[in-house]
Amino acid sequence: MSANQRKVEDAENVVIRFAGDSGDGMQLTGMQFTDTSAIIGNDISTLPDFPAEIRAPAGSLAGVSGYQVNFSNFDIRTPGDAPSVLVVMNPAALKTNLGDLEKGGILIANSDAFTPDNLRLAGYAQNPLEDGSLKGYRLYQVPMTKLVETALKDNPLSFRQKERCKNFFALGLVYWMFNRPMEPTLKWIQEKFKKNPDVSDANTRSLNAGFYFGETTEAFEVRYQIRKARIAPGTYRKITGNEALALGLMTAAERAGSHLFFAGYPITPASDILHELAKHRRFGVKTFQAEDEISAIGATIGAAFGGALAVTASSGPGIALKTEGIGLAIMTELPIVICNIQRGGPSTGLPTKTEQADLMQAIWGRNGEAPLAVIAPATPGECFTMAFEAFRIAVKYMTPVMILSDGYIANGAEPWRIPKLDDLPAITVQHPTSADGSFLPYLRNPRTLARPWAVPGTPGLEHRIGGLEKADRTGNVSHDPDNHEFMVKIRRAKIDGVAGDIPDVDVFGSPEGGDLLIVGWGSTHGAIISAVERARDRGLDVSCAHLRYLNPLPKNLGDVLKRFRRVVVPEMNLGQLRLLLRANYLVDVEGLNKVKGQPFKIREIEQKIDEMNPKKLGVSKQKVAVA
Amino acid sequence: MAPDTSAPAQSVVPQSGAPSLTRKDFVSNQDVRWCPGCGDYAILSTALNVFPKLGIPRERFVMVSGIGCSSRFPYYVNTYGFHSIHGRAPTFATGLKLVRPELSIWIITGDGDGLSIGGNHLIHIMRRNIDCTILLFNNRIYGLTKGQCSPTSEMHKKTKSTPLGSIDYPVNPISLALAAEATFIARTLDTDPKHMASIFQQAAEHKGTSFVEIFQNCIIFNDKAFEPVADKTTRADNAIFLENGKPLVYGKDGLRGIRLNGWKPEVVSFDESNPPSGLPTHDEMAEDPSWAYLLSRMDPSQGFPVPFGVFRRVHRTTYEDLMAQQISEAQHRQGLASTEALQELITGEDTWTVS
Repeated sequence: MSANQRKVEDAENVVIRFAGDSGDGMQLTGMQFTDTSAIIGNDISTLPDFPAEIRAPAGSLAGVSGYQVNFSNFDIRTPGDAPSVLVVMNPAALKTNLGDLEKGGILIANSDAFTPDNLRLAGYAQNPLEDGSLKGYRLYQVPMTKLVETALKDNPLSFRQKERCKNFFALGLVYWMFNRPMEPTLKWIQEKFKKNPDVSDANTRSLNAGFYFGETTEAFEVRYQIRKARIAPGTYRKITGNEALALGLMTAAERAGSHLFFAGYPITPASDILHELAKHRRFGVKTFQAEDEISAIGATIGAAFGGALAVTASSGPGIALKTEGIGLAIMTELPIVICNIQRGGPSTGLPTKTEQADLMQAIWGRNGEAPLAVIAPATPGECFTMAFEAFRIAVKYMTPVMILSDGYIANGAEPWRIPKLDDLPAITVQHPTSADGSFLPYLRNPRTLARPWAVPGTPGLEHRIGGLEKADRTGNVSHDPDNHEFMVKIRRAKIDGVAGDIPDVDVFGSPEGGDLLIVGWGSTHGAIISAVERARDRGLDVSCAHLRYLNPLPKNLGDVLKRFRRVVVPEMNLGQLRLLLRANYLVDVEGLNKVKGQPFKIREIEQKIDEMNPKKLGVSKQKVAVA
Repeated sequence: MAPDTSAPAQSVVPQSGAPSLTRKDFVSNQDVRWCPGCGDYAILSTALNVFPKLGIPRERFVMVSGIGCSSRFPYYVNTYGFHSIHGRAPTFATGLKLVRPELSIWIITGDGDGLSIGGNHLIHIMRRNIDCTILLFNNRIYGLTKGQCSPTSEMHKKTKSTPLGSIDYPVNPISLALAAEATFIARTLDTDPKHMASIFQQAAEHKGTSFVEIFQNCIIFNDKAFEPVADKTTRADNAIFLENGKPLVYGKDGLRGIRLNGWKPEVVSFDESNPPSGLPTHDEMAEDPSWAYLLSRMDPSQGFPVPFGVFRRVHRTTYEDLMAQQISEAQHRQGLASTEALQELITGEDTWTVS
């Protein structure tokens, strides 16, 4: 059978995972595959999963790095529960990832890496490629190292350098298998290595070699075709949560006619926000890499005092360090945005893994009665919208706003419909320029309860603020008992008032009510809505509601909860939102809790739905849905 | 994006045509609540005298402080002020200066606030050379928390927290500032308002981080800690006032000096028939900080006088100016910011259209 006659099968969607040593370039390979799939119009969703060590010992289980991509011809919302294709570059990658591969799935292994040493490091007594233990899968053994070496025979790079190109060979092979164009990656290689023609040549040839290997060997009996996804019309790009967040912050500054100031300290998984913003000096973005997390929040507050749109970003341990500073921003009522890209905790925890266990910290985690607004994007693309929203609320109400993202959506990518800046609302920033009589820094806007944002340098508005309790109106230091209680209550009332300025929570499924409601927040959105869709397709009376505003909660939430007989909250913690819902609305809420550093799979939520044994929907209702 | 309307990041220099200000303009309506007899009064009074002489409009002054007795300072000055949290004043000052380089920012701190809880920030603001003036009130004790030893308390000092005597080796603020590469470093004392005023003025006029250590008496918890130099009758024999280009001479009759024996300073005495000569002259602008460091290490317990005055004054481009340079270079290279440019950035390079 010649290559051209190879059967091409249509597939709806495929989940592929690349796994290898942290030095094998698996993240790069996955990202290239994602970019190409996005450009040709597939819907995509990704899950990078890498160790905290930059280079754990080669071949060890601890050093395995993986990148999972779900690509499809329809609208998908998660990176997929289980890969149907697994590419492993060594035995350790096989050992740590095989358990996830679908039964009967495609397994492509770099057989050259299955050396006695590597097998021993991975804890294999015998070679799994040869002992029959993989007979439940469609195993393709490809001697990638040797094939790359042969392809690069006349390239002057050293053996070790050539060997490092094998990820491009693997990429070329799956490009062939899934009928993807190679141009985007070829262009990327040319651009990336333009100063190093030998490396550029080696990677190009490895990519081509992988592609032609698929085409010419008869080992692969079939190719797959995944057509363009049927998603909402518009112009799209691929975006990760952290990229979207950075662009959203910049856009807020632009729509406010102001400048963005960012202070941060390097921390996984938030550093990419600093990296992205640091590129954009042209837009007047001032990024400040502080000496520590405390300095970062301090500089953010100082910049806000100076009238800038100021933001800091961190993750759990860093947010803990910023706590006192956040309290000061609450006391001085300055508008700042704090991004918490959550990771596994407590303490240093799991730096590269995802979790949602900082919800209580965000809402309650400061000394004193210290309320602030808390919002959470549900998808990578939504990080843009919520960053913009954070500044809208911060500036309008003169309050710190915390954005709760997490490692999963921060690093995960999806197609994103590019917004038109002209369609976005303006953010109104008002700095008073004069006062009638003496300036009162704590005289509030009667509607929003915001205090005036007077900026140093303005004649006649000289005033002092600080962390000591403020007297109402004057802002002078006050230890008066009645004043303190009044100020505590008014700070709370200000945040509560934000509820009148945020959208109601939508119900997907049966908005009028029913048997079972799944309530989620943040990054669990994709898995929850997919599970609910499947359950409703099976005729089950299940709906879901997703919270993007966590403090204050949407005004209609209490009513929504009461319309359902039972409520379940899936979250990547031991039940923090559940506790809030019970406390706020006196409703019984059941939890589905997963704290493994990994996002929910759709089937885990479906399983919980099945356990709850929901009633059947009336036939007419099955397809009723509100986005 | 809107054009950058903040003033170009140049020194906070006198503005021609600024209304003439007096001390009265800088006095706030708040009652000063330091203990009677506290050295802080003299420092505040001197600062209030110096501010109107700087030719800077009142609204451009910002006092930023942390926590401690000294950190109440902003409330007593009728300018913009930020009484922040313990040790962190340099961080707020940094953020503020980066977005408002035209402001004259004064950081008011103490030995506990600046050298203990805020030691890290103090180091980093100095190495970055943010244009601001740091007044560190050193009274060698925690006053506001009622008398615990501080990082500048002497070894074996008995305090509430060290009833058997402190076993902390103290830090030398001037040596620390030198190590952190501050570009203006000086020491003065609360009982010499004239010297204080001169140092404050020079510190304010210096472009870059100015670090001023002020020996300040805490009358309640550490009275007379600096007595040998604070007392006018004994000062001349225990203090040496550094003057640029002048030899290191001190003493009531100006007959004592500091001589170098190799790298070791020595006290030498002269008399009327044999006036001081052959003494090294002070060079505050030396690029190499070794000279200033040597001066900072002169230990009164070893018979040396305590140096006051400017240890070091050098020029280095400030952080905020370098930031402004990067912005203007990027705009020169890539074009000015605009909504169209931002739309282009958000759109990115690889897009596809779904119809």
